[in-house]
Amino acid sequence: MFKNPFDYRNRLSRGCPCGQHESQSAHDAALRVQSAELAKNTEATYENLVAETVMRQIFPVDAHRRAFLQKLGASTAAAAISSFFPLATATEVFAQAGAIEKKDLKVGFIPITCATPIIMAAPLGFYAKHGLNVEVNKAAGWAVIRDKTINKEYDAAHMLSPMPLAITMGVGANAIPYTMPAVENINGQAITLAMKHKDKRDPKQWKGFKLAVPFDYSMHNYLLRYYLAENGIDPDTDVQIRAVPPPEMVANLRADNIDGFLAPDPVNQRAVYDGVGFIHMLSKQIWDRHPCCGFAASQEFVKQNPNSYAALLKAIIDATAYATKAENRKEIAEAIAPANYLNQPVTVVEQVLTGTFADGLGNVVKAADRIDFDPFPYESFAIWILSQMKRWGQIKGDVDYQKIAKQVYLATDTTKFMKEVGLTPPAATSKSFSIMGKTFDPTKPDDYIASFAIKRT
Amino acid sequence: MSNNLTLRASVLSFVILALFLAAWHIATRQTGAVANMDPEYAKLMGLTATTGKSAMPGPFDVAAKIWEHLKNPFYDRGPNDKGLGIQLAFSIGRVMLGYMIAVCVAIPTGFVIGMSPLMSKALNPFIQVMKPISPLAWMPLALYTIKDSSISAIFVIFICSLWPMLINTAFGVASVRKEWLNVARTLEVRPIRKAFTVILPAAAPTILTGMRISIGIAWLVIVAAEMLVGGTGIGYFVWNEWNNLSIVNVIISILVIGLVGMLLDQALARVARLVTYPD
Repeated sequence: MFKNPFDYRNRLSRGCPCGQHESQSAHDAALRVQSAELAKNTEATYENLVAETVMRQIFPVDAHRRAFLQKLGASTAAAAISSFFPLATATEVFAQAGAIEKKDLKVGFIPITCATPIIMAAPLGFYAKHGLNVEVNKAAGWAVIRDKTINKEYDAAHMLSPMPLAITMGVGANAIPYTMPAVENINGQAITLAMKHKDKRDPKQWKGFKLAVPFDYSMHNYLLRYYLAENGIDPDTDVQIRAVPPPEMVANLRADNIDGFLAPDPVNQRAVYDGVGFIHMLSKQIWDRHPCCGFAASQEFVKQNPNSYAALLKAIIDATAYATKAENRKEIAEAIAPANYLNQPVTVVEQVLTGTFADGLGNVVKAADRIDFDPFPYESFAIWILSQMKRWGQIKGDVDYQKIAKQVYLATDTTKFMKEVGLTPPAATSKSFSIMGKTFDPTKPDDYIASFAIKRT
Repeated sequence: MSNNLTLRASVLSFVILALFLAAWHIATRQTGAVANMDPEYAKLMGLTATTGKSAMPGPFDVAAKIWEHLKNPFYDRGPNDKGLGIQLAFSIGRVMLGYMIAVCVAIPTGFVIGMSPLMSKALNPFIQVMKPISPLAWMPLALYTIKDSSISAIFVIFICSLWPMLINTAFGVASVRKEWLNVARTLEVRPIRKAFTVILPAAAPTILTGMRISIGIAWLVIVAAEMLVGGTGIGYFVWNEWNNLSIVNVIISILVIGLVGMLLDQALARVARLVTYPD
């Protein structure tokens, strides 16, 4: 979009504030294009733009510049200018200053291993690599993290993947358009039961149990309900499901207030570590590669700070890719275990991340994919979550599944940024999957709901 | 005789403390049977599960941890991990701010209510309804309307410490002796001067009592509020250590919260002694 200033045929002085365009309206239009271009981070654009500015400063009269270039030739001129003005450095400086609107960001998280990419990006320098200065702040619970993000105390936050959908639709909160451009982790949850139930491994024996999930709008709630219902237990009448913040779960299990929970790690492993409970099953045995937590920001933040958003998302995607590799997991566990982040014994976090863990019944289990990280927010995930919200009566009436899924789960953005950090995004933004042997077709969510025996519609 | 009593009382205090510590130590001694575990498995488990160590720390664990905190009370290892001293400073700062605002509102309003029977009757139902509301009930409303968690915490302190001061000020002002007011009237003292030279000194002991109750409430509230909002403060510290199931640190926080609460109360008790007068 910028003309080569080393080409003598081009004119540089024009009639707008910056001198690049014919008129004010052309200037404005170009600025819009420019911000889009900047996001793409094309080095060449910056180079020409910086060089042009330098050339205009050296030769205020365009005719002089053209005469100079005609005599020397473009490349010699460029070399001559570079010898006393470091064009490369200037370009780099410009690329950073021009790209990011807001450098100091606050990102909220809940101290669980689902937040691994968001947390580790701070101590392992992924935010800094993308030119950001991010402070990661620990929040006390999901309602608090939601309110603090809506209040703009946090620019972006770690949320349960159904939360941005619920906030966008105004379920359990005021309707505010929200986006979730990246999933944090897949798998990584488990059902833990109190030690006294170690002989009741069949969910059909669980009638009258008090079970805990972290939040009403959580994958944990939907997975637990799904698992119980598939086993013939009605999650609303046969058992009691309560929302308990993850940090309080182990204390409640020890106090015998609850019989078990479907919770994020490290809570499950912590219960085992303290001899309070045992791991009944990993969530991947219900639905392998299910999404759990996500990285969410308000649509307002995304629109107002497109470049900060891009940098933030790239840092997260980068961190996620790093966390996927098994050989990095020990290092990550050590980085995120201290009091500033998860505040857990390193061995607990390490067992979760490496997948070699004690199950609480005396066995050492090896499941390398106990938790994995995949940033891609498939729209079909959102549609499944919406179908469960409807199945359990959290939302009523007709739901425009596809529209909400597309609006909140920004799969196209993720595709773009994954390519930019050198990853291969999946070809389609939706995929079919199967949960406990039952296939989910994202194009027919209402038929899917109707096919269940236990539901609240 | 009184010296003797003080001495005997302190000896008794120490005996009670020693008995308590001894009972605590005995109760938390290693008891449970050592489980027979595969060493590879045992490596992955905590001490409670492998050695039968009581989940409740003993007095020596707590003492060691207190020493660790005292050695370095002001460390700062990032936004979510700060020293006990820094956390306390945050909490005291919040309490002072919310409390001072409450003082500025409660005492003038209390004067108006105390001096005018009409206002007193009119405002009474509102005060009676607002007084017993728990701080945590205010929190979601405050977060929603104020849209800032630290100001919300201060607001909650303000709203909870307001009522005792308001009621006590109104009561103190209303029960100033009629004779003194009549003397002021015969001397044709102007209302403002009457308020400051007659009513204020006469009502001061009652007002101070209200302020003492309020600072206690403010200190109670801050811990609850900070547990809810998180970020900084002694309440957040308790929550963060609970998250790690670190009962040692929770016990230390309880001790520290009690000590600071006592100091705040004693400070106001000193002030109260300055304004009391023999009747």
